[in-house]
Amino acid sequence: MTLIREDGAVEDRFTRADTIDAALAVDGPVLIPLAIADEFAKARPGAEFGVSLPGSTPIEDVKPQLGKIALVAIEFPAFADGRGFSLAKKIAREGFSGTLRASGPLIADEFADALACGFTEVELPETMANRQPVQQWLAAKDTMTEHYQSGYGRGPSILQKRLAARKGA
Amino acid sequence: MYRYDEFDERFVRERVAQFRGQVERRLDGSLSEDEFKPLRLKNGLYLQLHAYMLRIAVPYGTLNSAQLRMLAHIAETYDKGYGHFTTRQNLQFNWPKLKDVPTILELLADVEMHCIQTSGNCIRNVTSDQFAGVARDEVEDPRPTAELIRQWSSLHPEFVWLPRKFKIAVTGAEHDRAAIMVHDIGLKLKRNDQGAVGYEVIVGGGLGRTPMIGKVVREFLPKDELLAYLEAVMRVYNSEGRRDNKFKARVKILVHETGEEEFRARVEEEYAKLDGPTINAPEEEVERIAAYFAAPTYEALPDVSQVLDQARAIDPELDRFVEQNSFEHKQPGYIALTIALKEIGAVPGDMSADQMRAFADIAEKYSFDEFRVTHSQNLVLPHVKKDDLPAVHAALKAAGLASANAGLITDIIACPGLDYCALATAKSIPIAQAIAKTFADQERQKAIGELPIKISGCINACGHHHVGAIGILGLEKGGRENYQITVGGDATEHAALGERLGPGIDAEDVPAAIEAIVETYLAEKQGSESFIETVRRTGPEPFKTGFTAFIESRAVESEAAE
Repeated sequence: MTLIREDGAVEDRFTRADTIDAALAVDGPVLIPLAIADEFAKARPGAEFGVSLPGSTPIEDVKPQLGKIALVAIEFPAFADGRGFSLAKKIAREGFSGTLRASGPLIADEFADALACGFTEVELPETMANRQPVQQWLAAKDTMTEHYQSGYGRGPSILQKRLAARKGA
Repeated sequence: MYRYDEFDERFVRERVAQFRGQVERRLDGSLSEDEFKPLRLKNGLYLQLHAYMLRIAVPYGTLNSAQLRMLAHIAETYDKGYGHFTTRQNLQFNWPKLKDVPTILELLADVEMHCIQTSGNCIRNVTSDQFAGVARDEVEDPRPTAELIRQWSSLHPEFVWLPRKFKIAVTGAEHDRAAIMVHDIGLKLKRNDQGAVGYEVIVGGGLGRTPMIGKVVREFLPKDELLAYLEAVMRVYNSEGRRDNKFKARVKILVHETGEEEFRARVEEEYAKLDGPTINAPEEEVERIAAYFAAPTYEALPDVSQVLDQARAIDPELDRFVEQNSFEHKQPGYIALTIALKEIGAVPGDMSADQMRAFADIAEKYSFDEFRVTHSQNLVLPHVKKDDLPAVHAALKAAGLASANAGLITDIIACPGLDYCALATAKSIPIAQAIAKTFADQERQKAIGELPIKISGCINACGHHHVGAIGILGLEKGGRENYQITVGGDATEHAALGERLGPGIDAEDVPAAIEAIVETYLAEKQGSESFIETVRRTGPEPFKTGFTAFIESRAVESEAAE
């Protein structure tokens, strides 16, 4: 797996574990399915962990965990399945301040959108990272310098910039 | 009309560079064919039956003469010398080469045009009333709203990977010429009891293989809340729309399966969670956009033009043209003029490069340098002085653009069908041509009156056959092309889906079947009723009876021939 953030590839601090037994055996931060989050939190109070969940997950299901976890990994079954983008927006709206990860066979052309929707990083299968290395992701992220939509990304939207320019003039 | 500022300009230029990069990354193997396909579609590039097809966005159907001249240049240099106007007010080139596409995009950007989101599972080009800013029954001009939505929907970070395509239409008039009831979202500008302007929001209409009339999700949305409310609708759809079956992925299916009440509740629930002011367009920005659509500087003229009246009295052809193709303008002394791209025997919606140049000159000289594309694959000169009409008619006639059949039985909408399209199951253009030839006689057309025929060459319904007063659907049956005929479809505020008259028929029988349907109409007609008004009153039964009789007569004939 390759993990890419907006300034380049980073090491994955989290170890994935699919069962509670496997999770409890891990030293350091662990990434587990949402379904076993309560059990893990009870067994390891205060431990740093993240949950993984599909993009189709209702926000109500993940909301109770958001205060306890350091990372949410939203799984993309395919690059053209956009549900994860909306879920990321909903999670960010809840005030979640941890790491938001998009995990799956995304393509570099989606990197800017993922960041704009609130994702911190993208976790790619090796086959994808081989075909589209980190440099392509960083280049694709910057092809479009402006966006029209207010409320997305970090900088002001085109609509907001126009307004500011008029007020300054 | 709207003009790009530095932001719009840079955005479109960067989008061209982005696409050029995507083509290169496809060629070097970074992108697989499956990954490249949605990227090229989102830039309007289709792979058709014989070649690539490039669909150019004509936002809400508005163009100027410089843009049309550029389209003429592209048609001649990179295509076969013509372009094709579509039922979504766009323009298609049917024969571009892949290697030329980035260059074509650069040329389009030179005249403030693009192909952004003319295909793919995203918010498509926004459509509107071709008589926007002209019609007397308008609450407010819909174009500023459409332009705001064009900008907001362009490369929207969250809504570029929707379950399926998504089409938005806006009207500002009482009489709906934008077919808002059969779009994914239809917006109607209206006033509430306090006189404030806002939108009626309709969601979940659509044609295709499961045609549905949209549902009113919000009776009145204050105008300044538009973008946040759209975001709520889109988020519900993006999250919950079906992705397991492409044929059930449109928002109309979500609305239908969820139920109108529950869908409305989910949208309102999402909307309540949004922080509107951080999403909605600033008021000043809405005003900035609206200013581009201010009325041109009309001359103060009497409503009656003696020049025109005298010319009409001595020139029956001009008289007929004006009678049939003009639309009342809110400004005295002016009219809006429909140019039907429907010469008898021509391909509906096709325009040659020469015609484009001639028409660009006419629009520049006689219509404030502006024209519109209609969803009936026609053009409109929105602001023509009545005094100028004789000269405009002469110029149009010289260019082969003076067909006096707007709205008549020969003004047929047809999808490209089996002549171009990879999805088609039957031809549609030759059917349109055959019907037009059958009814070529002007007096006969006039006697029949307004009768929109719409033809689709497959179940996907690009020719909008479900909402044709007469709809024709071409299918493949046992290796033969087979045509189903419906009556009573209507895309206006009386939105209705057509009802099938009987079994499908062969291509060569279609013109005679249409004649039989017209005979039924003329026999049933009361007073000055139009075809659709008669069907609305009588229901489809008399038409079914007439159609059955026609089928039986054909059976007898073919037996006799054997």
